[in-house]
Amino acid sequence: MAQVNVTIDGRQIKTESEKTVLEVAKENGIYIPTLCHDPRLKPYGACRLCLVEVEGAKEPLLACATQVADGMVIATDTVTLHEIRKTIVELLLSNHPLDCLVCESTGQCELQDIAYNLGIEEIRFEGERHTYTIEDFNPLIERDPNKCILCGRCVRICQEVQQDFVYDFAERGFETIVTTPYDRSLIKTLCEFCGQCISTCPTGALTERLSRFKGRVWETKKTKTICPYCGCGCQIELYSKNSEVVRVGTEVKSGVNSGNLCVKGRFGYDFINHPDRLTAPLVRKGRKLKKASWEEALDLVALKLSEIKKKHGADSIAFLSSAKCTNEENYLMQKFARAVIGTNNIDHCARL
Amino acid sequence: MSKNVKKQEAGNQGHGTRKPSAQIIIGLGTCGIAAGAWDVWTAFEKELKKRKVKAELKQTGCIGLCYREVLVDVVTPRGKIAYGNVTPAMVSRIVSSHLIADKPIEDWIVLGDGYETSDTDFLARQYRIVLRNCGQIDPEVIEEYLATGGYKALEKVLREVPPEEVISIIKQSGLRGRGGAGFPTGRKWEFTRRAQGDKKYIVCNADEGDPGAFMDRSVLEGDPHSVLEGMLIAGYAIGADEGYIYVRAEYPLAVKRLRIAISQAREKGFLGKSVMDTPFSFDIKIKEGAGAFVCGEETALIASIEGRRGMPRLRPPYPATSGLWGKPTCINNVETLANVAWIVSNGAAEFAAIGTEKSKGTKIFAVTGKVKNSGLVEVPMGTALREVIFGICGGIKDDGEFKAVQIGGPSGGCLPAELLDITIDYESLTATGAIMGSGGMVVADQSTCMVDLARFFLDFTQNESCGKCVPCRLGTKRMLEMLTRITRGRTRDDDLELLETLARDVKVASLCGLGQTAPNPVLTTLKYFGHEYDVHIKERRCRAGVCTELVTYAIKDNLCKGCGVCVKHCPVDAISGARKEVHHIDESKCVKCGLCMEHCPFDAINKV
Repeated sequence: MAQVNVTIDGRQIKTESEKTVLEVAKENGIYIPTLCHDPRLKPYGACRLCLVEVEGAKEPLLACATQVADGMVIATDTVTLHEIRKTIVELLLSNHPLDCLVCESTGQCELQDIAYNLGIEEIRFEGERHTYTIEDFNPLIERDPNKCILCGRCVRICQEVQQDFVYDFAERGFETIVTTPYDRSLIKTLCEFCGQCISTCPTGALTERLSRFKGRVWETKKTKTICPYCGCGCQIELYSKNSEVVRVGTEVKSGVNSGNLCVKGRFGYDFINHPDRLTAPLVRKGRKLKKASWEEALDLVALKLSEIKKKHGADSIAFLSSAKCTNEENYLMQKFARAVIGTNNIDHCARL
Repeated sequence: MSKNVKKQEAGNQGHGTRKPSAQIIIGLGTCGIAAGAWDVWTAFEKELKKRKVKAELKQTGCIGLCYREVLVDVVTPRGKIAYGNVTPAMVSRIVSSHLIADKPIEDWIVLGDGYETSDTDFLARQYRIVLRNCGQIDPEVIEEYLATGGYKALEKVLREVPPEEVISIIKQSGLRGRGGAGFPTGRKWEFTRRAQGDKKYIVCNADEGDPGAFMDRSVLEGDPHSVLEGMLIAGYAIGADEGYIYVRAEYPLAVKRLRIAISQAREKGFLGKSVMDTPFSFDIKIKEGAGAFVCGEETALIASIEGRRGMPRLRPPYPATSGLWGKPTCINNVETLANVAWIVSNGAAEFAAIGTEKSKGTKIFAVTGKVKNSGLVEVPMGTALREVIFGICGGIKDDGEFKAVQIGGPSGGCLPAELLDITIDYESLTATGAIMGSGGMVVADQSTCMVDLARFFLDFTQNESCGKCVPCRLGTKRMLEMLTRITRGRTRDDDLELLETLARDVKVASLCGLGQTAPNPVLTTLKYFGHEYDVHIKERRCRAGVCTELVTYAIKDNLCKGCGVCVKHCPVDAISGARKEVHHIDESKCVKCGLCMEHCPFDAINKV
């Protein structure tokens, strides 16, 4: 990667070639609005908001798809660009339900933020609006095509990252819509409910059913942690309100998962505060399982294992480890089986 | 189908055996067929049999005189004479008088050596390169194409000219893409030749979608081999061994004739492995498009061939470096490719001698609308607009007054009478706000409302927008709604200003050519016919009487005889009046159907 010098809005910036104008601007704190851009996806060029003026170019160029070149002089916020962006956002808003008061995405809606940043106080355009019925019978993903701005991020993340191809565009012109094969409910498609589409949706078109009305984004506390489900160690962010986890998110392009998640990591959190959840070990006393302390429970396990080993030999015992454990934990499990108990009967659920 | 095949056999009778001295050649393009050419064919078959006249019945493509279909050429030793507007009822007289008695029927002659008719100028004032064989040869018989020197250009390049030199011939000729944008063809070939890739493609863009444009269809139907030869030469020049023709499924006859042409070319060894026994191999596949206008855009076209939804993608990379299946691909329009063999045969200099400094060769225009002679017109670049509309096409129908011409289809612009003397070339058309486009030319007279015309084209483009980018998808929709409001007299105060702002933003911000050109009809009508918008908005009137909601019907007191015919025809009982007394129309009830005006025996009712 060669070093190049570019000028953005009068600022001299040293950077590397092969980066896009948008990347360089972002790294240097220069704001260029985007709606169809997601760093996990290839440049797409549908929203047209990131148009910038480059000296020597006949027409404005897309910041998301234009690579920087040495000596490039870029203007990101001229009067012309501002007017074009206003037109684009007003066009979008002219066919967008303005129910931000109750929209699940308020506070994290990119369309809302851009409208605010551009200072849009009135929408000059009026005309037909879509009134699609919201019908998708599944417990996890709420799809509201009325709020869809057709940025194609869900379509592309499902194709480019997940390779599931659940969504695509149908129809043409104003009637264009993102939909599933034969307009089926997600449950009747190949959807794995990873929720990646929700993670990339810039508006309230795709939201989580589980977290509906559980808390505004600004009311929640964000805690960075590692997903407990498997050994991958995906980085997640728990959004909690009053000590209750209301949503799981990720930071795009961070952690081993690069901000991607699967169905378990994203939606499998309802057990945390579930009344049936075991929070202490149970020991069978007579016919009933009774709460016990960890010391008591572990002592009992140790005692029983020793008794079995003495009576039937070490090979009468087998250990099964879990993919939910980390490599280190799995290592300790086999060490325990071999060195402490003295058996090679150790296996792992992923082999089953 | 079987009917067609049977007729085809009848059409080929005599090939290989001694030919009868007379030939009857019927124009069997889609236009001719729509006008009833098959019925005329059947009538000739019967009549020839009945009268025991030996004449060969043959077919040809469209010659371009749409207004004269069905066209029948009668070839006898005295020469070739063309009859126009032929119906089955006229067949018997043509056979008896012309074929048997050798007396051509002068009243029906459209074209013929030694006959001066109102149609003589239509062809005589044209310069035909691309249409050289259309309407002259049987498109389903390769021998007829060969007889005109067909595939000689291919043989010449394969045996004598290295690929780089072919490219330089095309560059020297100055040929530019006829699909609309006018990119220099030779340079496009050069880019594709130089691009890295183990496999390259040549694609013929035959997705002719502009309303009112049909030159590509006529070339494919009338002279398919010229396109195949162009593709072969292009393939040889860029280093491709495979070609695709992306043709609309709505052109079934073009598809059929292409298939016939491809299989004939294969049989002759012009397609397939070792073309003409040279190391060059090339084959062509046909891909039928499913009717999306946007698939004429090259990246959407590629997506469509690959089996994906036809949606344009960002460029770069350009197809020349990464096109079909990610391989270097050269996409040329039908008309562009049909020029290639001519250029190779006649030399780059001869082609470059035609046209203007920057626009070389000829261009075909599909002239429709309110002109006397509608049809295909091929003229040198640089011909004046007036020459095409008035010189060749005979001016306005019913001696009406010229108002405007929409050039370049829905992506083009509407030009007024003041601009009739501009010359037709890429640069001067762009300067007016119109574009060359594919060459559609819709002529309007005073009965056309320019706001309504802009609305019509916007309706088309907003329907055909692929929906990907915001300015095109929503911008064209909102523009259409504003135009609709204007034509209905429901304008908001700021609509006109907003319309222009929006049109300019859509033009600049859209992703592909569709959105970037969609506002052209609006911008040009605003520029040249702004007063019509004003009249619609300020006076709530449509002077052309097209926008029904802005029109009122009134009865002239001095002409009304009180006959009551209008009362009878009015479907909503809006007209009242005692017998033999002047009648009145109740505007609150009137639905503006116009039936009263149509039926009034005294022309007492008029639109205001």
